[in-house]
Amino acid sequence: MNVVICLFAKNGFDRAAQGVAGAGRRLAESLNAKLHAIIVGTPDAAMMEAAQAVVDVITVAANPELSEYQTENYLAALTQVCQGLAPQAVLLSNDTYSQEIAPRLAHRLKGSAVGDVVAVRVQDGNIRARRGVYGGKAEAVIELKRTPAVLWLRARSFDPAPAAGTAEVNQITINLPEARTNIIERKSEATGEARLEDARVIISGGRGLGGPEPFEDLKALAKLVNGQVAASRAACDSGWCPPSWQVGQTGKKVAPQLYLAIAIHGASQHLAGMSDAKVIAAINIDKDAAIFKHCKFGIVEDYRKVLPLLQEALAKSQK
Amino acid sequence: MNIIVCLKQILDPDIPSRDFKVDAATKEAVRGSANLVTNIFCENALETALQFKEKVGGGKITGLCFAPESGEDVLRKALAMKADEAVLVVNDGKSNPDPLAVASTLGAAIRKLGAFDVVMVGRESGDWGVGQTGGLLAEELGVPFVAFVDTITADGSNLKLKRQTDSGFEIVAAQTPLVISITNDEHNVPRVPKTRDVMMSFRTPLTKWSLGDLGVDSSEAYYEVAELGVPVKESSCEFVTGDTLEERVNQLAQRVLEVTRAM
Repeated sequence: MNVVICLFAKNGFDRAAQGVAGAGRRLAESLNAKLHAIIVGTPDAAMMEAAQAVVDVITVAANPELSEYQTENYLAALTQVCQGLAPQAVLLSNDTYSQEIAPRLAHRLKGSAVGDVVAVRVQDGNIRARRGVYGGKAEAVIELKRTPAVLWLRARSFDPAPAAGTAEVNQITINLPEARTNIIERKSEATGEARLEDARVIISGGRGLGGPEPFEDLKALAKLVNGQVAASRAACDSGWCPPSWQVGQTGKKVAPQLYLAIAIHGASQHLAGMSDAKVIAAINIDKDAAIFKHCKFGIVEDYRKVLPLLQEALAKSQK
Repeated sequence: MNIIVCLKQILDPDIPSRDFKVDAATKEAVRGSANLVTNIFCENALETALQFKEKVGGGKITGLCFAPESGEDVLRKALAMKADEAVLVVNDGKSNPDPLAVASTLGAAIRKLGAFDVVMVGRESGDWGVGQTGGLLAEELGVPFVAFVDTITADGSNLKLKRQTDSGFEIVAAQTPLVISITNDEHNVPRVPKTRDVMMSFRTPLTKWSLGDLGVDSSEAYYEVAELGVPVKESSCEFVTGDTLEERVNQLAQRVLEVTRAM
């Protein structure tokens, strides 16, 4: 029996890959299965070493054409390797690419997929996955009815896997399909900026900021704590910041160690994107703001008064 | 271009949490006094299609909805927004059909409609938020799929798609036919239909098909909802204290540092 995790060489063995490997290892143990990693693209030495330490077998699909993500090629690669392994479960992260191909992979393998998973367990031999639904207002447990169970996970909220030895490595060449779609240009919103999903600290601003200017203060604050800036739907829809900053049901789903919500009321659609944060804190003028129900700590005050003092205090602590 | 936009009818996702209840036995949300609305990402999809049609100056947009009879509201609104045609596939009362059943039903309806260039779906729905319809539908139809698109432009006989990624955006050159899922962006906020068009929409004929008309067999379960519940969150927010604002903010800074230093 096999549990397969799908990794992309381009991403390295990042926090998401570690989370997927951890979830994969625990699932493999409950199914009495081997943990098999598929790496699409050509991984560097650091990634190979890290992956080899925690999984049992690795298959690298390293056609030169697979060095960059192309939807149909990556889908073909994962499908072909999985077909040879007949896995019980196939695990992916919740990045753009994994979300794009996971349902199709399930369809091609005649399995079932479920996404945005926060917990996986085996009950009476069936794989069950827990996920938020109705914009985070409710939680559902989904039982997969076909094999394999293809799951894309909120990977960063899963613990990494313990070291297990040194995995054997196979190379495989994939029969690539004719290209009907082609990604011809790739742009990052701000060069050098890490993915919001990987951020360990997020400073987020909402409707209560009243305009785009305060985001400069949020950036300054974020810099002091090695964090990244995000925003609510209201702030993005108003054009105060790029849409890629949006956290929520209609935006990014994040799971940082600290999420500081500034002038965000905390509608359930926003909570759906950040309720997995380890610590949530808020600055809000309204003591009844819904966000405080989810906070570990907070301050009821006009953010305009708080930010300059907070910046000062954090800057002082760095000296 | 022949564009089909799939539109889902959902329980209004903006109802406050305190009014939201689930029925643990049927594993469904209780409708209560909430309205049924068109899923926002589906409206973003329709808006994207309408803007594309206006730009290239031609083509046909068909709204397709798989829902109980109430789905007619979704399609009337789509017609009022100026979709050209509307098709309702009336479901058999199962309010929570699984993703593969939805995709195979939509696929059968699309095949019955004839040749198409682009099928658009919303990125995910505001109720179950499964996010699989587009991908599964592409496989059912045997065509490529591009997710998280916010803008489409014509490029000769092909398309150029701008899609959002985790870190920014990508441009995808794509041949038709294909399926794309649409996400929101400042450019595809759904238009508000004119009163006159709302009235006209009720005079436009609407096609209704039953599952029998499509000959869909969705007896094989893809997955099943085993449990549905509302998690109980206890509020335990600790508000920083102090006599002056400075003291309170200093305490806030300390709490922030406790977390960041432990990382």
